[in-house]
Amino acid sequence: MAAYLLRRLIQAALILLGVTFITFVLLYILPADPARQIAGRSATAETVNNIRIQLGLDQPLYVQYGRYLDGLLHLDLGRSYLQKTEVTTLIASRLPATLLLMLGAIVCELAIGLTMGLFAAIRRGGRIDQTLMVISFVAVSAPQFVVGILLLYVFAVYLGWFPIGGYGSFSHLVLPAITLGILGAGWYSRMMRSSMIDVLRQDFIRTARAKGLKPTTVMAVHAMPNAILPIIAMIGIDIGYFMSGIVVVESVFGWPGIGQLAWQAIQRVDIPIIMGVTLVSAFAIVIGNLLADLIAPLIDPRIKLR
Amino acid sequence: MTLATAPDGAGITPGAGARLGTVLSRLVRRPLALFGLAVIVIVVLAAVFAPLIAPFPPDEQLFEGLTLEGAPLPPDSTFLLGTDLLGRDLLSRLLYGARTSLIIGIVANGIAVAIGAMVGVSAGFFGGIVSGVLMRFTDLMMAFPALLLAIVLAAIFQPSLWIVALVIAMVNWTQIARVTYTETRSLAERDFVEAESAMGAGRTRILFRHIMPHLLPTIMVWATLGISTTVLLEATLSYLGIGVRPPIPSWGNIIFESQTYFTTAPWLVFFPGVAIILLALGFNLVGDALRDILDPTQKGRY
Repeated sequence: MAAYLLRRLIQAALILLGVTFITFVLLYILPADPARQIAGRSATAETVNNIRIQLGLDQPLYVQYGRYLDGLLHLDLGRSYLQKTEVTTLIASRLPATLLLMLGAIVCELAIGLTMGLFAAIRRGGRIDQTLMVISFVAVSAPQFVVGILLLYVFAVYLGWFPIGGYGSFSHLVLPAITLGILGAGWYSRMMRSSMIDVLRQDFIRTARAKGLKPTTVMAVHAMPNAILPIIAMIGIDIGYFMSGIVVVESVFGWPGIGQLAWQAIQRVDIPIIMGVTLVSAFAIVIGNLLADLIAPLIDPRIKLR
Repeated sequence: MTLATAPDGAGITPGAGARLGTVLSRLVRRPLALFGLAVIVIVVLAAVFAPLIAPFPPDEQLFEGLTLEGAPLPPDSTFLLGTDLLGRDLLSRLLYGARTSLIIGIVANGIAVAIGAMVGVSAGFFGGIVSGVLMRFTDLMMAFPALLLAIVLAAIFQPSLWIVALVIAMVNWTQIARVTYTETRSLAERDFVEAESAMGAGRTRILFRHIMPHLLPTIMVWATLGISTTVLLEATLSYLGIGVRPPIPSWGNIIFESQTYFTTAPWLVFFPGVAIILLALGFNLVGDALRDILDPTQKGRY
């Protein structure tokens, strides 16, 4: 286990190093000149040049990359070109909102997905099963901005049950969390269904039934926990979907998280912020996958470590 | 499935090309797959015959397409799906938008599948350092959130239709690389490949005659599912204003143009939204059925 852990950690670290390199290269070749952006349209060539020197943009690539890496080690993601604030501070101030949204989304996707999968498995082959599986297909085929705008229209504008957007109370969280969680709910319902069907086929379930236990007890005590565990182990992998989703969901609902931060930064070509958010997302994804890999064998000893 | 003879139980059907007819006939026997296929066919027809079907030119700002106050019109008998903020006919724009979705869906996904399959097959077949380098690079690209990476790329290259397709391809090839890699590796270790090489077959022969044909079903499944992902990504990029740019109509940028008015003109979001969902759903349903038919062992999350 220790050797496996060490190897996975080294692998993760190397991937992260690669991530920093790629983000750096990608953003360095952005055609828009950040120095000119900051200086504004009316600035003289001299002012633009001064800003360029100030920001170190005149240095060779490897010097800039070295400085960037050095900064990263001190949790320094650079300074926003336009807001004149540390990117670390900006991200840190918005991270709680994003984490809250993701937490809400995880609750939604598990609650909706597991329930749907459970009923589909119990009624396997029947009309309920078919209907639920069609719904799960629609859930994974619907772009988040469409889901978000439609939910906004129906539940906020038309019915007035929830606020139209913003942040602050529980009712602000409901619609964005559902929007972000619906995709996962679609996947989870399908996984839960097949996981449940798998478990129900096994010997210990037959034994439990043969003992004369009530069907509900068999389901709730013997089948469900065993069906859910391998699915829980996959939550870490969701972080990748969430990191893409927050850009859309946060901009639809005006949710003040890092997705919205990234989106605003992209429109203003504020490179350090885009890089910062991309890096933080990639870190979260790598760590999420690492956790999923580490948790899976703990939950299911049959999974071999490689 | 009489040809699935792999002794270790992984049922893979060889010669998918020759069996296309069989696959199709099994496909249409499934109601959901049939529905998906019908949606795809309808969208393809709409895209191809858009100039004939569309009641108005998609870019024409019609005087009678706006109210006296200059607001868009809801669906009525002249404008079946209503008009947009510039008084253009929404139905006509949606029909032409189908072209955008399909072109990008097919081109971007075609490139993604080609890159992914090439990376996956080379890594799986050659192993060693080739595999190490290629698959670590794949892992690296998978560490980026797809949408953020696409946004960054789209911001770098001023997007045109083809650039958007290329950007999406650059983001989407990783999944298929992983799948073909695993599949190639397990094929390369099979007895029949070993027997073939014991009989003196060269590596090229083994690759093209014995491994590639067995990969076809898997690639077909993932190519179909991938179109759905591609369509959704294009719509999302266009919705964010960095995908296909107006005046070229795309289902995503129609929503982008009119999103601030969705409370007063909900049809401008509803109809394109439904169109996107239906097309993505169609490819998902067909892809899923294909997976069941061609490769029953490959049931999983993706």
